Amino acid sequence: MFVRWSAAIAAAILLSSPALLQGARAADKPTDPQIAHIAYTAGVIDINAAKQAQKKAKSKDVKAFAADMLRDHEAVNKQALALVKKLNVTPEDNDTSKALSKQASDKLAELDKLSGAAFDKAYVANEVAYHKTVNGALETQLIPSASNAELKNLLQTGLKIFQGHQQHAEHVAAELK
Amino acid sequence: MPGRLSTIAAAVVFVAMAVPAHAATIQIMMENLEMSPKDASAKVGDTIEWINKDVFAHTATARNGDFDVNLPAKKSATFVLKKAGTVDYYCRYHPNMKATLKIEP
Repeated sequence: MFVRWSAAIAAAILLSSPALLQGARAADKPTDPQIAHIAYTAGVIDINAAKQAQKKAKSKDVKAFAADMLRDHEAVNKQALALVKKLNVTPEDNDTSKALSKQASDKLAELDKLSGAAFDKAYVANEVAYHKTVNGALETQLIPSASNAELKNLLQTGLKIFQGHQQHAEHVAAELK
Repeated sequence: MPGRLSTIAAAVVFVAMAVPAHAATIQIMMENLEMSPKDASAKVGDTIEWINKDVFAHTATARNGDFDVNLPAKKSATFVLKKAGTVDYYCRYHPNMKATLKIEP
């Protein structure tokens, strides 16, 4: 019963991810201020997820993973803030950022109902799916659309970091089984 | 006079050859989520110094368990090679960061 339920959650995540990507595609060619907002929002989402996991996670590996996410995403967002300040760009809210935030708060509420090993599995599974989605959006949408070279460069570093996180999350997920 | 000079020269060369080569320090950069050089060669007794230029923490973790060096953001750390062999290593936080060390006896 429990296994079937986790499988259902995993399927729900898999199904919801393409919708997120489409959200990113729908806003045709975002501007640099919009891209900055999307990238920053994506970081904040994972920081909030990590904070929740630090409180709720049971497994030592999952807690450590959450601490890694918190540290890296805070470092990326600090760089992003420094860059927008330097470029004198004001990040601009947009439909993709809104869709990302909405999905994330729904996910936080959903995970909040779980505890123990069930929470650990669901959090890590969502981290895999979330990083996959963000990486897809970075590769196909955000990086090609960015016009400022420094912004593009930061997004490319972000992509490498998040690809690392995805692999790390996949590794933690495999260890939980 | 020229004879004595060449004797001295020979002595200098001999001393230079008799003293064993000092263990080297090999620097490997971690920058923008890349290790460079990705393939490095060293000898047992040499020191590897990883220099983390990123604002992110990294590790140099051997797949065979020989070493697991922590590299906080903007810091460097060293490890003295004890065993020969080809060691693949990676960053535990960003497993897409990979490199290889060829360690000769």
